[in-house]
Amino acid sequence: MSSITATAGIEPFGPKPKQVTAARIGIYAFLIIAALFFLVPLIVMLMTSMKSMNEIRGGNIFALPTQPTFDYWVKAWSSACTGVACNGLAPGFFNSVKITLLSVPISIVIAMINGYALSFWRFRGAELMFAILVFGAFVPFQVLVYPIIFGLSRVGLFGTLPGIVIVHTIFGMPILTLLFRNFFSSLPVELFKAARVDGAGFWRIFFSVMLPMSVPIAIVAVILQVTGIWNDFIFGLVFAGRENMPMTVQLNNIVRTSTGTVEYSTNMAATVLTGAVPLIVYFVSGKWFVRGIAAGAVKG
Amino acid sequence: MMIVAIGVFVIGITFTVVLSFTNSKLFPSFNFVGWRQYEILWATPRWQQSVINIWFYGFGHIALCLSLGFALAVAIDQRVRGEDTFRTVFLYPFALSAVITGLVWQLMLDPNWGFQAFVRSLGYTDFTFAPLASSNTALLGMVVASVWNGVGVTMAILLSGLRGVDEEIWKAARIDGIPTWRTYLSIVVPMMRGAIATALVLLVVNVVRTFDIVIAMTGGGPGISTQMPATYVIDNINSRNVGHGMAAATCMLLPIAALIIVQAVYRWRASRRGRTT
Repeated sequence: MSSITATAGIEPFGPKPKQVTAARIGIYAFLIIAALFFLVPLIVMLMTSMKSMNEIRGGNIFALPTQPTFDYWVKAWSSACTGVACNGLAPGFFNSVKITLLSVPISIVIAMINGYALSFWRFRGAELMFAILVFGAFVPFQVLVYPIIFGLSRVGLFGTLPGIVIVHTIFGMPILTLLFRNFFSSLPVELFKAARVDGAGFWRIFFSVMLPMSVPIAIVAVILQVTGIWNDFIFGLVFAGRENMPMTVQLNNIVRTSTGTVEYSTNMAATVLTGAVPLIVYFVSGKWFVRGIAAGAVKG
Repeated sequence: MMIVAIGVFVIGITFTVVLSFTNSKLFPSFNFVGWRQYEILWATPRWQQSVINIWFYGFGHIALCLSLGFALAVAIDQRVRGEDTFRTVFLYPFALSAVITGLVWQLMLDPNWGFQAFVRSLGYTDFTFAPLASSNTALLGMVVASVWNGVGVTMAILLSGLRGVDEEIWKAARIDGIPTWRTYLSIVVPMMRGAIATALVLLVVNVVRTFDIVIAMTGGGPGISTQMPATYVIDNINSRNVGHGMAAATCMLLPIAALIIVQAVYRWRASRRGRTT
Protein backbone atom coordinates (compact mmCIF):
# COMPACT_ATOMS: atom_id res chain seq x y z
CA MET A 1 0.00 0.00 0.00
CA SER A 2 2.80 2.44 0.81
CA SER A 3 4.86 4.28 -1.74
CA ILE A 4 7.99 2.62 -0.35
CA THR A 5 6.79 -0.70 -1.65
CA ALA A 6 6.30 0.77 -5.08
CA THR A 7 9.68 2.46 -5.38
CA ALA A 8 11.74 -0.33 -3.86
CA GLY A 9 10.15 -2.86 -6.21
CA ILE A 10 11.65 -5.94 -4.61
CA GLU A 11 8.61 -7.20 -2.78
CA PRO A 12 7.00 -9.79 -4.99
CA PHE A 13 3.53 -9.09 -3.59
CA GLY A 14 1.34 -6.10 -2.98
CA PRO A 15 -0.44 -3.72 -5.33
CA LYS A 16 1.40 -1.75 -7.96
CA PRO A 17 1.29 2.04 -8.12
CA LYS A 18 -1.79 3.35 -9.81
CA GLN A 19 -0.65 3.48 -13.39
CA VAL A 20 -3.28 2.38 -15.83
CA THR A 21 -1.63 0.94 -18.90
CA ALA A 22 -3.12 -1.12 -21.68
CA ALA A 23 -1.23 -4.14 -20.39
CA ARG A 24 -2.78 -3.80 -16.92
CA ILE A 25 -6.26 -3.55 -18.39
CA GLY A 26 -5.53 -6.60 -20.52
CA ILE A 27 -4.42 -8.61 -17.50
CA TYR A 28 -7.53 -7.72 -15.53
CA ALA A 29 -9.77 -8.40 -18.52
CA PHE A 30 -8.19 -11.83 -18.91
CA LEU A 31 -8.55 -12.62 -15.21
CA ILE A 32 -12.16 -11.48 -15.08
CA ILE A 33 -13.16 -13.43 -18.19
CA ALA A 34 -11.45 -16.49 -16.72
CA ALA A 35 -13.25 -15.96 -13.42
CA LEU A 36 -16.57 -15.87 -15.30
CA PHE A 37 -15.73 -19.16 -17.02
CA PHE A 38 -15.18 -20.73 -13.61
CA LEU A 39 -18.15 -19.14 -11.87
CA VAL A 40 -20.89 -19.45 -14.49
CA PRO A 41 -21.44 -23.22 -14.11
CA LEU A 42 -21.85 -22.84 -10.34
CA ILE A 43 -24.31 -19.97 -10.80
CA VAL A 44 -26.25 -21.86 -13.47
CA MET A 45 -26.37 -24.89 -11.20
CA LEU A 46 -27.78 -22.84 -8.31
CA MET A 47 -30.26 -20.88 -10.43
CA THR A 48 -31.54 -23.94 -12.27
CA SER A 49 -32.13 -25.76 -9.00
CA MET A 50 -34.45 -22.92 -7.93
CA LYS A 51 -36.53 -22.71 -11.11
CA SER A 52 -39.62 -24.68 -12.00
CA MET A 53 -39.47 -26.78 -15.14
CA ASN A 54 -41.96 -24.40 -16.80
CA GLU A 55 -39.62 -21.54 -16.18
CA ILE A 56 -36.65 -23.43 -17.55
CA ARG A 57 -38.63 -24.22 -20.68
CA GLY A 58 -39.70 -20.64 -21.19
CA GLY A 59 -36.50 -18.83 -20.30
CA ASN A 60 -32.78 -19.48 -20.62
CA ILE A 61 -30.25 -20.95 -18.22
CA PHE A 62 -28.57 -17.59 -17.59
CA ALA A 63 -31.76 -15.84 -16.48
CA LEU A 64 -32.40 -15.25 -12.79
CA PRO A 65 -35.22 -17.35 -11.35
CA THR A 66 -38.38 -15.20 -11.24
CA GLN A 67 -39.99 -17.21 -8.46
CA PRO A 68 -37.14 -18.89 -6.60
CA THR A 69 -38.27 -22.12 -4.96
CA PHE A 70 -36.59 -24.73 -2.84
CA ASP A 71 -39.19 -27.36 -3.70
CA TYR A 72 -36.73 -29.20 -5.92
CA TRP A 73 -34.13 -29.26 -3.16
CA VAL A 74 -36.68 -30.95 -0.94
CA LYS A 75 -37.60 -33.33 -3.72
CA ALA A 76 -33.96 -34.16 -4.51
CA TRP A 77 -33.28 -34.73 -0.82
CA SER A 78 -36.24 -36.89 0.10
CA SER A 79 -38.28 -38.17 -2.84
CA ALA A 80 -36.31 -38.28 -6.10
CA CYS A 81 -36.31 -41.73 -7.65
CA THR A 82 -33.45 -44.09 -8.39
CA GLY A 83 -35.09 -46.89 -10.28
CA VAL A 84 -37.91 -48.22 -8.08
CA ALA A 85 -36.82 -46.62 -4.83
CA CYS A 86 -37.92 -43.01 -4.29
CA ASN A 87 -36.08 -41.92 -1.16
CA GLY A 88 -34.08 -39.09 -2.67
CA LEU A 89 -30.46 -38.39 -1.80
CA ALA A 90 -30.85 -38.57 1.97
CA PRO A 91 -29.80 -42.23 2.35
CA GLY A 92 -26.77 -41.56 0.16
CA PHE A 93 -25.87 -38.56 2.28
CA PHE A 94 -25.90 -40.60 5.48
CA ASN A 95 -23.94 -43.38 3.81
CA SER A 96 -21.31 -40.89 2.69
CA VAL A 97 -21.17 -39.47 6.22
CA LYS A 98 -20.65 -42.96 7.64
CA ILE A 99 -17.99 -43.87 5.10
CA THR A 100 -16.16 -40.56 5.56
CA LEU A 101 -16.32 -40.55 9.36
CA LEU A 102 -14.84 -44.05 9.51
CA SER A 103 -12.28 -43.84 6.70
CA VAL A 104 -10.78 -40.45 7.48
CA PRO A 105 -9.54 -41.06 11.06
CA ILE A 106 -8.45 -44.64 10.35
CA SER A 107 -6.44 -43.78 7.26
CA ILE A 108 -4.86 -40.72 8.85
CA VAL A 109 -3.80 -42.44 12.08
CA ILE A 110 -2.20 -45.29 10.16
CA ALA A 111 -0.49 -42.98 7.68
CA MET A 112 0.83 -40.85 10.52
CA ILE A 113 2.43 -43.84 12.21
CA ASN A 114 3.82 -45.00 8.86
CA GLY A 115 5.33 -41.62 8.10
CA TYR A 116 6.82 -41.42 11.58
CA ALA A 117 8.31 -44.89 11.36
CA LEU A 118 9.69 -44.27 7.88
CA SER A 119 11.41 -41.01 8.76
CA PHE A 120 12.89 -41.79 12.17
CA TRP A 121 13.15 -45.54 12.58
CA ARG A 122 15.28 -46.54 9.66
CA PHE A 123 14.57 -50.23 9.52
CA ARG A 124 15.68 -52.64 6.81
CA GLY A 125 13.86 -52.22 3.55
CA ALA A 126 12.30 -48.91 4.59
CA GLU A 127 13.44 -47.21 1.40
CA LEU A 128 12.03 -49.97 -0.78
CA MET A 129 8.73 -49.99 1.07
CA PHE A 130 8.43 -46.28 0.66
CA ALA A 131 9.23 -46.49 -3.05
CA ILE A 132 6.53 -49.11 -3.62
CA LEU A 133 4.04 -47.08 -1.62
CA VAL A 134 4.69 -43.95 -3.69
CA PHE A 135 4.38 -46.02 -6.84
CA GLY A 136 0.95 -47.01 -5.52
CA ALA A 137 -0.17 -43.40 -5.80
CA PHE A 138 0.32 -43.54 -9.56
CA VAL A 139 -1.39 -46.85 -10.28
CA PRO A 140 -4.78 -46.43 -11.98
CA PHE A 141 -7.49 -47.82 -9.68
CA GLN A 142 -8.94 -49.91 -12.48
CA VAL A 143 -5.84 -52.07 -12.50
CA LEU A 144 -6.51 -53.14 -8.91
CA VAL A 145 -10.30 -53.23 -8.89
CA TYR A 146 -10.74 -56.89 -9.73
CA PRO A 147 -8.06 -58.28 -7.37
CA ILE A 148 -9.65 -56.30 -4.55
CA ILE A 149 -13.17 -57.43 -5.41
CA PHE A 150 -11.87 -60.98 -5.34
CA GLY A 151 -9.95 -60.55 -2.10
CA LEU A 152 -12.81 -58.81 -0.29
CA SER A 153 -15.40 -61.36 -1.36
CA ARG A 154 -13.11 -64.14 -0.14
CA VAL A 155 -13.27 -62.68 3.37
CA GLY A 156 -16.95 -61.76 3.02
CA LEU A 157 -16.46 -58.00 3.07
CA PHE A 158 -17.36 -57.19 -0.51
CA GLY A 159 -20.27 -54.76 -0.68
CA THR A 160 -20.13 -53.92 3.04
CA LEU A 161 -19.30 -50.81 5.03
CA PRO A 162 -16.04 -52.24 6.43
CA GLY A 163 -15.13 -53.24 2.86
CA ILE A 164 -15.42 -49.74 1.45
CA VAL A 165 -13.61 -48.29 4.49
CA ILE A 166 -10.72 -50.70 3.93
CA VAL A 167 -10.55 -49.73 0.26
CA HIS A 168 -10.44 -46.03 1.07
CA THR A 169 -7.80 -46.64 3.73
CA ILE A 170 -5.57 -48.59 1.36
CA PHE A 171 -5.86 -46.13 -1.50
CA GLY A 172 -5.35 -43.16 0.82
CA MET A 173 -2.18 -44.75 2.19
CA PRO A 174 0.38 -43.75 -0.49
CA ILE A 175 -0.42 -40.07 -0.60
CA LEU A 176 -1.00 -39.67 3.15
CA THR A 177 2.17 -41.53 4.06
CA LEU A 178 4.07 -39.35 1.62
CA LEU A 179 2.55 -36.27 3.22
CA PHE A 180 3.45 -37.32 6.76
CA ARG A 181 6.88 -38.66 5.88
CA ASN A 182 7.81 -35.38 4.22
CA PHE A 183 6.55 -33.52 7.26
CA PHE A 184 8.41 -35.64 9.81
CA SER A 185 11.59 -35.56 7.70
CA SER A 186 11.50 -31.77 7.87
CA LEU A 187 11.63 -31.85 11.68
CA PRO A 188 15.08 -31.56 13.28
CA VAL A 189 16.41 -35.04 13.99
CA GLU A 190 17.87 -33.76 17.30
CA LEU A 191 14.32 -33.70 18.61
CA PHE A 192 14.11 -37.43 18.10
CA LYS A 193 17.61 -38.10 19.39
CA ALA A 194 17.00 -36.12 22.56
CA ALA A 195 13.88 -38.15 23.29
CA ARG A 196 15.81 -41.36 22.63
CA VAL A 197 18.55 -40.32 25.04
CA ASP A 198 15.87 -39.68 27.65
CA GLY A 199 14.84 -43.28 27.21
CA ALA A 200 11.56 -42.87 25.35
CA GLY A 201 10.48 -45.69 23.08
CA PHE A 202 8.68 -45.86 19.72
CA TRP A 203 5.19 -45.10 21.04
CA ARG A 204 6.26 -42.72 23.77
CA ILE A 205 8.09 -40.51 21.25
CA PHE A 206 5.15 -40.73 18.90
CA PHE A 207 2.53 -39.67 21.42
CA SER A 208 4.51 -37.16 23.47
CA VAL A 209 6.70 -35.51 20.84
CA MET A 210 5.49 -36.15 17.32
CA LEU A 211 1.71 -36.13 17.66
CA PRO A 212 1.44 -32.67 19.21
CA MET A 213 3.72 -31.25 16.52
CA SER A 214 1.85 -32.71 13.59
CA VAL A 215 -1.47 -30.94 14.12
CA PRO A 216 -1.06 -28.60 11.10
CA ILE A 217 -0.19 -31.40 8.70
CA ALA A 218 -2.99 -33.52 10.15
CA ILE A 219 -5.46 -30.75 9.30
CA VAL A 220 -4.20 -30.76 5.71
CA ALA A 221 -4.62 -34.53 5.66
CA VAL A 222 -8.17 -34.32 7.02
CA ILE A 223 -9.19 -31.80 4.36
CA LEU A 224 -7.60 -33.93 1.68
CA GLN A 225 -9.34 -37.09 2.83
CA VAL A 226 -12.75 -35.60 3.54
CA THR A 227 -13.02 -34.04 0.08
CA GLY A 228 -11.39 -37.03 -1.61
CA ILE A 229 -13.61 -39.65 0.01
CA TRP A 230 -16.76 -37.57 -0.28
CA ASN A 231 -16.12 -37.02 -3.99
CA ASP A 232 -15.18 -40.61 -4.69
CA PHE A 233 -17.36 -42.30 -7.25
CA ILE A 234 -15.70 -45.43 -8.57
CA PHE A 235 -14.94 -47.10 -5.21
CA GLY A 236 -18.44 -46.39 -3.98
CA LEU A 237 -19.86 -47.75 -7.22
CA VAL A 238 -17.84 -50.94 -7.14
CA PHE A 239 -17.29 -51.76 -3.47
CA ALA A 240 -20.00 -50.19 -1.34
CA GLY A 241 -22.91 -52.34 -2.44
CA ARG A 242 -26.56 -51.28 -2.49
CA GLU A 243 -26.80 -50.73 1.26
CA ASN A 244 -23.93 -48.29 1.58
CA MET A 245 -24.14 -46.45 -1.72
CA PRO A 246 -22.45 -43.05 -1.26
CA MET A 247 -24.03 -39.78 -2.31
CA THR A 248 -22.12 -39.37 -5.59
CA VAL A 249 -23.29 -42.76 -6.85
CA GLN A 250 -26.85 -42.02 -5.81
CA LEU A 251 -26.68 -38.63 -7.51
CA ASN A 252 -25.62 -40.28 -10.74
CA ASN A 253 -28.41 -42.85 -10.41
CA ILE A 254 -31.04 -40.16 -9.86
CA VAL A 255 -29.89 -38.28 -12.93
CA ARG A 256 -29.76 -41.44 -15.03
CA THR A 257 -33.27 -42.60 -14.09
CA SER A 258 -35.08 -39.49 -15.26
CA THR A 259 -37.71 -40.68 -17.70
CA GLY A 260 -39.08 -38.59 -20.55
CA THR A 261 -37.72 -35.06 -20.54
CA VAL A 262 -34.75 -34.50 -18.30
CA GLU A 263 -35.87 -32.80 -15.11
CA TYR A 264 -32.99 -30.41 -14.73
CA SER A 265 -34.43 -28.65 -11.67
CA THR A 266 -34.25 -31.79 -9.57
CA ASN A 267 -30.96 -32.90 -11.10
CA MET A 268 -29.28 -29.60 -10.36
CA ALA A 269 -30.75 -29.47 -6.85
CA ALA A 270 -29.30 -32.93 -6.24
CA THR A 271 -25.97 -31.78 -7.67
CA VAL A 272 -25.92 -28.73 -5.41
CA LEU A 273 -26.68 -30.85 -2.35
CA THR A 274 -23.93 -33.35 -3.19
CA GLY A 275 -21.38 -30.63 -3.87
CA ALA A 276 -22.25 -28.63 -0.76
CA VAL A 277 -20.02 -30.54 1.66
CA PRO A 278 -16.72 -30.29 -0.27
CA LEU A 279 -17.51 -26.69 -1.24
CA ILE A 280 -18.05 -25.73 2.39
CA VAL A 281 -14.82 -27.50 3.33
CA TYR A 282 -13.04 -25.63 0.55
CA PHE A 283 -14.32 -22.16 1.41
CA VAL A 284 -13.82 -22.61 5.15
CA SER A 285 -10.37 -24.13 4.93
CA GLY A 286 -8.99 -21.73 2.31
CA LYS A 287 -5.20 -21.81 2.36
CA TRP A 288 -5.12 -25.19 4.10
CA PHE A 289 -6.83 -26.70 1.12
CA VAL A 290 -4.26 -25.23 -1.23
CA ARG A 291 -1.46 -26.72 0.87
CA GLY A 292 -2.95 -30.15 0.48
CA ILE A 293 -3.38 -29.76 -3.26
CA ALA A 294 0.14 -30.46 -4.44
CA ALA A 295 0.03 -33.77 -2.61
CA GLY A 296 -3.66 -34.45 -2.98
CA ALA A 297 -4.03 -33.81 -6.67
CA VAL A 298 -2.65 -37.28 -7.28
CA LYS A 299 -5.84 -38.70 -5.83
CA GLY A 300 -8.06 -37.12 -8.50
CA MET B 1 -1.27 -51.76 7.70
CA MET B 2 1.46 -50.27 5.57
CA ILE B 3 2.51 -53.81 4.75
CA VAL B 4 -1.10 -54.65 3.93
CA ALA B 5 -1.29 -51.65 1.59
CA ILE B 6 1.99 -52.55 -0.07
CA GLY B 7 0.84 -56.15 -0.27
CA VAL B 8 -2.37 -55.11 -1.96
CA PHE B 9 -0.48 -53.05 -4.53
CA VAL B 10 2.15 -55.69 -5.29
CA ILE B 11 -0.07 -58.76 -5.13
CA GLY B 12 -2.96 -56.96 -6.84
CA ILE B 13 -0.87 -55.88 -9.81
CA THR B 14 0.72 -59.32 -10.09
CA PHE B 15 -2.72 -60.92 -9.94
CA THR B 16 -4.03 -58.59 -12.65
CA VAL B 17 -1.08 -59.26 -14.95
CA VAL B 18 -1.28 -63.04 -14.41
CA LEU B 19 -5.03 -63.14 -15.03
CA SER B 20 -4.54 -61.23 -18.26
CA PHE B 21 -2.90 -64.36 -19.66
CA THR B 22 -5.84 -66.59 -18.72
CA ASN B 23 -9.36 -66.99 -20.03
CA SER B 24 -10.97 -66.13 -16.67
CA LYS B 25 -14.66 -65.34 -16.89
CA LEU B 26 -16.39 -64.39 -13.63
CA PHE B 27 -14.00 -66.20 -11.31
CA PRO B 28 -10.26 -66.34 -11.74
CA SER B 29 -9.13 -69.47 -13.53
CA PHE B 30 -5.57 -70.40 -14.30
CA ASN B 31 -6.21 -71.74 -17.72
CA PHE B 32 -3.39 -69.97 -19.51
CA VAL B 33 -3.97 -68.86 -23.06
CA GLY B 34 -0.79 -66.90 -23.71
CA TRP B 35 -1.18 -63.60 -25.51
CA ARG B 36 -4.65 -64.49 -26.78
CA GLN B 37 -6.50 -61.86 -24.69
CA TYR B 38 -4.14 -59.17 -25.92
CA GLU B 39 -4.64 -60.20 -29.54
CA ILE B 40 -8.41 -60.03 -29.11
CA LEU B 41 -8.12 -56.76 -27.20
CA TRP B 42 -6.20 -54.91 -29.87
CA ALA B 43 -8.55 -56.26 -32.53
CA THR B 44 -11.64 -54.97 -30.70
CA PRO B 45 -12.97 -51.72 -32.23
CA ARG B 46 -14.19 -50.40 -28.87
CA TRP B 47 -10.75 -50.77 -27.31
CA GLN B 48 -9.07 -49.19 -30.33
CA GLN B 49 -11.49 -46.28 -30.06
CA SER B 50 -10.83 -46.01 -26.30
CA VAL B 51 -7.10 -45.76 -26.88
CA ILE B 52 -7.52 -43.11 -29.59
CA ASN B 53 -9.91 -41.26 -27.27
CA ILE B 54 -7.60 -41.23 -24.30
CA TRP B 55 -4.75 -39.86 -26.43
CA PHE B 56 -6.96 -37.18 -27.92
CA TYR B 57 -8.61 -36.29 -24.63
CA GLY B 58 -5.32 -36.49 -22.74
CA PHE B 59 -3.50 -34.30 -25.21
CA GLY B 60 -6.28 -31.72 -25.19
CA HIS B 61 -6.68 -31.75 -21.43
CA ILE B 62 -2.97 -31.54 -20.67
CA ALA B 63 -2.17 -28.92 -23.33
CA LEU B 64 -5.05 -26.70 -22.24
CA CYS B 65 -4.40 -27.12 -18.51
CA LEU B 66 -0.72 -26.29 -18.92
CA SER B 67 -1.16 -23.31 -21.24
CA LEU B 68 -4.22 -21.84 -19.54
CA GLY B 69 -2.81 -22.64 -16.09
CA PHE B 70 0.44 -20.90 -16.98
CA ALA B 71 -1.38 -17.88 -18.41
CA LEU B 72 -3.49 -17.59 -15.26
CA ALA B 73 -0.47 -18.00 -12.99
CA VAL B 74 1.46 -15.30 -14.86
CA ALA B 75 -1.54 -12.94 -14.82
CA ILE B 76 -2.06 -13.45 -11.10
CA ASP B 77 1.65 -12.93 -10.49
CA GLN B 78 1.47 -9.34 -11.87
CA ARG B 79 0.64 -7.99 -8.40
CA VAL B 80 -3.04 -7.78 -9.19
CA ARG B 81 -5.61 -6.65 -6.69
CA GLY B 82 -7.80 -9.34 -5.23
CA GLU B 83 -5.27 -12.08 -5.85
CA ASP B 84 -6.80 -14.30 -3.19
CA THR B 85 -10.29 -13.93 -4.65
CA PHE B 86 -9.10 -14.87 -8.13
CA ARG B 87 -7.21 -17.85 -6.77
CA THR B 88 -10.22 -19.03 -4.80
CA VAL B 89 -12.43 -18.75 -7.88
CA PHE B 90 -10.01 -20.58 -10.17
CA LEU B 91 -9.50 -23.42 -7.75
CA TYR B 92 -12.95 -24.12 -6.35
CA PRO B 93 -14.10 -26.49 -9.14
CA PHE B 94 -11.38 -28.87 -8.03
CA ALA B 95 -13.21 -29.33 -4.73
CA LEU B 96 -16.16 -30.71 -6.66
CA SER B 97 -16.25 -34.31 -7.79
CA ALA B 98 -15.93 -35.27 -11.43
CA VAL B 99 -19.52 -36.51 -11.32
CA ILE B 100 -20.77 -33.02 -10.46
CA THR B 101 -18.49 -31.47 -13.07
CA GLY B 102 -19.89 -33.82 -15.68
CA LEU B 103 -23.52 -33.15 -14.76
CA VAL B 104 -23.20 -29.37 -14.71
CA TRP B 105 -21.44 -29.24 -18.04
CA GLN B 106 -23.93 -31.65 -19.52
CA LEU B 107 -26.58 -29.02 -18.79
CA MET B 108 -24.43 -26.16 -20.10
CA LEU B 109 -23.79 -28.03 -23.34
CA ASP B 110 -27.29 -29.46 -23.77
CA PRO B 111 -28.52 -28.05 -27.10
CA ASN B 112 -32.12 -27.70 -25.92
CA TRP B 113 -31.48 -25.95 -22.61
CA GLY B 114 -27.90 -24.77 -22.41
CA PHE B 115 -25.59 -22.35 -24.15
CA GLN B 116 -26.90 -23.04 -27.66
CA ALA B 117 -30.51 -22.39 -26.62
CA PHE B 118 -29.44 -19.15 -24.94
CA VAL B 119 -27.67 -17.77 -28.01
CA ARG B 120 -30.57 -18.86 -30.23
CA SER B 121 -33.03 -17.10 -27.95
CA LEU B 122 -31.09 -13.89 -28.63
CA GLY B 123 -32.07 -14.17 -32.27
CA TYR B 124 -29.18 -16.08 -33.79
CA THR B 125 -31.33 -19.07 -34.69
CA ASP B 126 -28.62 -20.74 -36.76
CA PHE B 127 -26.15 -20.82 -33.91
CA THR B 128 -24.96 -24.34 -33.19
CA PHE B 129 -22.87 -25.36 -30.24
CA ALA B 130 -23.70 -28.85 -29.09
CA PRO B 131 -20.46 -30.81 -28.82
CA LEU B 132 -21.96 -33.66 -26.80
CA ALA B 133 -24.64 -34.39 -29.39
CA SER B 134 -22.23 -35.52 -32.09
CA SER B 135 -19.72 -38.34 -31.88
CA ASN B 136 -17.16 -36.18 -33.68
CA THR B 137 -17.10 -33.48 -31.03
CA ALA B 138 -18.24 -35.15 -27.79
CA LEU B 139 -14.66 -35.48 -26.55
CA LEU B 140 -14.17 -31.73 -26.97
CA GLY B 141 -17.09 -31.11 -24.65
CA MET B 142 -15.53 -33.43 -22.11
CA VAL B 143 -12.19 -31.63 -22.39
CA VAL B 144 -13.91 -28.30 -21.63
CA ALA B 145 -15.50 -29.74 -18.50
CA SER B 146 -12.35 -31.46 -17.27
CA VAL B 147 -10.23 -28.35 -17.86
CA TRP B 148 -12.78 -26.34 -15.87
CA ASN B 149 -12.34 -28.81 -13.03
CA GLY B 150 -8.59 -29.26 -13.10
CA VAL B 151 -6.86 -26.17 -14.44
CA GLY B 152 -6.87 -24.49 -11.01
CA VAL B 153 -4.48 -27.08 -9.64
CA THR B 154 -2.05 -26.62 -12.50
CA MET B 155 -2.27 -22.87 -11.93
CA ALA B 156 -1.56 -23.26 -8.20
CA ILE B 157 1.51 -25.44 -8.83
CA LEU B 158 2.87 -23.19 -11.58
CA LEU B 159 2.23 -20.08 -9.48
CA SER B 160 4.33 -21.48 -6.66
CA GLY B 161 7.01 -22.22 -9.27
CA LEU B 162 6.87 -18.64 -10.52
CA ARG B 163 7.16 -17.32 -6.99
CA GLY B 164 10.25 -19.44 -6.52
CA VAL B 165 12.14 -17.60 -9.28
CA ASP B 166 14.66 -15.18 -7.82
CA GLU B 167 13.68 -11.52 -8.11
CA GLU B 168 17.29 -10.71 -9.02
CA ILE B 169 16.83 -12.51 -12.31
CA TRP B 170 13.98 -10.19 -13.19
CA LYS B 171 16.11 -7.19 -12.34
CA ALA B 172 19.03 -8.44 -14.40
CA ALA B 173 16.75 -9.12 -17.36
CA ARG B 174 15.24 -5.66 -17.06
CA ILE B 175 18.66 -4.01 -16.99
CA ASP B 176 19.70 -5.95 -20.09
CA GLY B 177 16.54 -4.67 -21.76
CA ILE B 178 15.10 -8.10 -22.47
CA PRO B 179 11.35 -7.87 -23.17
CA THR B 180 9.13 -9.42 -20.52
CA TRP B 181 7.76 -12.20 -22.72
CA ARG B 182 11.31 -13.21 -23.71
CA THR B 183 12.30 -13.36 -20.05
CA TYR B 184 9.35 -15.64 -19.36
CA LEU B 185 10.01 -17.98 -22.26
CA SER B 186 13.79 -18.16 -22.19
CA ILE B 187 14.64 -17.76 -18.52
CA VAL B 188 11.68 -18.25 -16.21
CA VAL B 189 10.09 -21.31 -17.85
CA PRO B 190 13.35 -23.30 -17.90
CA MET B 191 13.86 -22.37 -14.24
CA MET B 192 10.41 -23.70 -13.32
CA ARG B 193 11.15 -27.13 -14.75
CA GLY B 194 10.41 -28.75 -11.39
CA ALA B 195 6.96 -27.20 -11.03
CA ILE B 196 6.10 -27.97 -14.65
CA ALA B 197 7.21 -31.58 -14.24
CA THR B 198 5.08 -31.96 -11.08
CA ALA B 199 2.04 -30.51 -12.83
CA LEU B 200 2.61 -32.73 -15.86
CA VAL B 201 2.95 -35.92 -13.84
CA LEU B 202 -0.27 -35.17 -11.95
CA LEU B 203 -2.09 -34.44 -15.21
CA VAL B 204 -0.91 -37.66 -16.86
CA VAL B 205 -1.83 -39.78 -13.85
CA ASN B 206 -5.30 -38.27 -13.72
CA VAL B 207 -5.88 -38.65 -17.45
CA VAL B 208 -5.04 -42.35 -17.46
CA ARG B 209 -7.64 -43.11 -14.79
CA THR B 210 -10.41 -40.94 -16.34
CA PHE B 211 -13.66 -42.66 -15.48
CA ASP B 212 -16.14 -40.68 -13.36
CA ILE B 213 -16.58 -37.80 -15.78
CA VAL B 214 -17.33 -40.17 -18.67
CA ILE B 215 -20.04 -41.93 -16.69
CA ALA B 216 -21.60 -38.68 -15.52
CA MET B 217 -21.34 -36.70 -18.72
CA THR B 218 -21.84 -38.98 -21.69
CA GLY B 219 -21.99 -42.58 -20.48
CA GLY B 220 -19.40 -43.27 -23.17
CA GLY B 221 -21.58 -42.08 -26.04
CA PRO B 222 -22.77 -41.05 -28.51
CA GLY B 223 -21.99 -44.56 -29.72
CA ILE B 224 -18.53 -45.36 -28.41
CA SER B 225 -17.13 -41.92 -29.09
CA THR B 226 -16.18 -41.11 -25.49
CA GLN B 227 -15.28 -44.56 -24.19
CA MET B 228 -12.03 -44.73 -22.25
CA PRO B 229 -9.73 -47.59 -21.24
CA ALA B 230 -10.95 -47.28 -17.64
CA THR B 231 -14.61 -47.74 -18.62
CA TYR B 232 -13.59 -50.64 -20.84
CA VAL B 233 -11.93 -52.43 -17.92
CA ILE B 234 -14.88 -51.92 -15.56
CA ASP B 235 -17.42 -52.99 -18.19
CA ASN B 236 -15.50 -56.17 -18.87
CA ILE B 237 -15.39 -57.03 -15.19
CA ASN B 238 -19.13 -56.41 -14.99
CA SER B 239 -19.81 -58.51 -18.07
CA ARG B 240 -17.84 -61.40 -16.56
CA ASN B 241 -14.98 -61.32 -18.97
CA VAL B 242 -12.26 -60.87 -16.38
CA GLY B 243 -9.27 -62.19 -18.31
CA HIS B 244 -9.97 -59.79 -21.13
CA GLY B 245 -10.55 -56.87 -18.75
CA MET B 246 -7.27 -57.61 -16.99
CA ALA B 247 -5.41 -57.51 -20.32
CA ALA B 248 -6.87 -54.04 -20.83
CA ALA B 249 -5.93 -53.06 -17.25
CA THR B 250 -2.37 -54.23 -17.81
CA CYS B 251 -2.19 -52.05 -20.92
CA MET B 252 -3.35 -49.10 -18.79
CA LEU B 253 -0.45 -49.72 -16.47
CA LEU B 254 2.15 -49.37 -19.23
CA PRO B 255 2.11 -45.56 -19.66
CA ILE B 256 2.33 -45.15 -15.88
CA ALA B 257 5.26 -47.55 -15.72
CA ALA B 258 6.95 -45.62 -18.53
CA LEU B 259 6.38 -42.37 -16.67
CA ILE B 260 7.93 -43.75 -13.50
CA ILE B 261 10.94 -45.11 -15.38
CA VAL B 262 11.50 -41.75 -17.10
CA GLN B 263 11.27 -40.02 -13.75
CA ALA B 264 13.69 -42.45 -12.12
CA VAL B 265 16.24 -42.03 -14.93
CA TYR B 266 15.87 -38.27 -14.73
CA ARG B 267 16.48 -38.30 -10.98
CA TRP B 268 19.42 -40.64 -11.29
CA ARG B 269 21.02 -38.40 -13.91
CA ALA B 270 20.34 -35.33 -11.80
CA SER B 271 21.94 -36.91 -8.74
CA ARG B 272 24.97 -38.01 -10.76
CA ARG B 273 25.39 -34.53 -12.16
CA GLY B 274 25.12 -33.19 -8.64
CA ARG B 275 27.95 -35.43 -7.50
CA THR B 276 30.42 -34.61 -10.28
CA THR B 277 30.13 -30.84 -9.99
